[in-house]
Amino acid sequence: MVEFLLESLTLQIFIDNFGRLMSGLRFTVQLTLVVMFLGTILGVLLALGRSYGGRFISFLCTAYIEIIRGTPMLAQLFILYFALPPYGINLSAAAVAYLGFTLNCAAYQAEYTRGSLESVETDQFKSAYSLGMSRWQTIFHIVLPQAVRWSIPAWTNEFIYILKYTSLAYIIGAPDLMTQGKFIASRNYQFFRVYLIAAVIYLIIVTLSTWLVDRLENRFRIPGFGYED
Amino acid sequence: MTDNRDEHKPLLEIKDLRKSFGDNLVLDGISFSLNPGEKKVIIGPSGTGKSTVLNCINRLIMPDGGEIWLDDTEVVGCDNINEIRQQIGYVFQGFGLFHHLTAIKNVMIGLTKVKGMSREEAEAKATAELERVGLTDVSDSYPAQLSGGQKQRVAIARALAMEPMLMLFDEPTSALDPELIGEVLTVMKALAREGMTMLVVTHEMGFARSVSDEIIFMEKGHIVEKAHPEKMFSGPELQRTKDFLFKLDELYGKGGD
Repeated sequence: MVEFLLESLTLQIFIDNFGRLMSGLRFTVQLTLVVMFLGTILGVLLALGRSYGGRFISFLCTAYIEIIRGTPMLAQLFILYFALPPYGINLSAAAVAYLGFTLNCAAYQAEYTRGSLESVETDQFKSAYSLGMSRWQTIFHIVLPQAVRWSIPAWTNEFIYILKYTSLAYIIGAPDLMTQGKFIASRNYQFFRVYLIAAVIYLIIVTLSTWLVDRLENRFRIPGFGYED
Repeated sequence: MTDNRDEHKPLLEIKDLRKSFGDNLVLDGISFSLNPGEKKVIIGPSGTGKSTVLNCINRLIMPDGGEIWLDDTEVVGCDNINEIRQQIGYVFQGFGLFHHLTAIKNVMIGLTKVKGMSREEAEAKATAELERVGLTDVSDSYPAQLSGGQKQRVAIARALAMEPMLMLFDEPTSALDPELIGEVLTVMKALAREGMTMLVVTHEMGFARSVSDEIIFMEKGHIVEKAHPEKMFSGPELQRTKDFLFKLDELYGKGGD
């Protein structure tokens, strides 16, 4: 495989299509960042709703989370892309990618956050109440700050996961790295070499991101929290 | 409901407190009171409802019946429980420190978020309270970096910072290694000398003997006997009380200081 990489032909394909590949990469990275940002916020809200909302809100949040986690992401993208237009909702492939991945990511984030919310011991609730804090003050000032920190390792995994799985966007033709690769390959018929280039680009940004999020984990480290070693 | 406004009005008065968990009757009509500055100790076998009494006083557990008067307010039926709770300091067996906050921030958070104090004010107050419990050099440490005794003292400082009129201690030394119990008891004794009204669930008979005005012996949701510590240790009225105190002696040593 390595010999293909070092071939002048592969290098030539890379150089000739550099602009297109980079525009695909830019979309992939943007998509990942936006999805992680919105997905985290939505996920935390869903987790709060599921854990602390009333019976009705808790049921809604649970139903949402389980439906999303119980169906393939591919099916969710197809539904958003093909099933909405008959109802007059026409979203571009890019918009469906942003929406679909965010909705999916939120459900997974919600479950990571919920696990962390529940790991905060009841003694802390009791002492917060004893200070005169209301239920929501306790949740926002005591429970959530700890839960978010507990969730960081799962969050960083999700980040890497989303970064790679945004490649599914190519199924609906959103202009990500894989879609651009497919476009280039359909012109020059060098499928193997083009996808090899795409894979190497993914490998490089995933490695870079892993290094970055590791530093992030260190920054938010608090003595006594489980993820230090 | 009666509100007796005579001169010797108790600071805390509990009348016929009742609580069941399912079929399990935990409190079967508990009544006692504390005058301002009084210290009382509750003893009794485990599972007997001692902690439930404390939990009911600031309504961490909602009683099924009875009245709890804190000064002029009835706690069970009141609708401003968060204001009542600010006036009752609560110290738990398991400390209940907030793990994501340093010692000083643990003390500050109630002041800033509940009392609405400014950061600077809260920091000054918190520093003073940590000093009061003998902790100055660990104010920037996180709970995980503190010993059990230090944790419990931070928890006491956190409760005191709210300037409560009553302090509840729920087995404050039971989770501590023997060599760390002393530092917590020292702080509690100093607090007692300052005139704080205290209700303490503990097995520390030395503390009970030297500090308390009355020992309340509870069993199976009832108060079996209450008496001044000297009377309790020299000759309790009931055989059951004698037996229990004898057992405590065997476990924790004589009630000497």
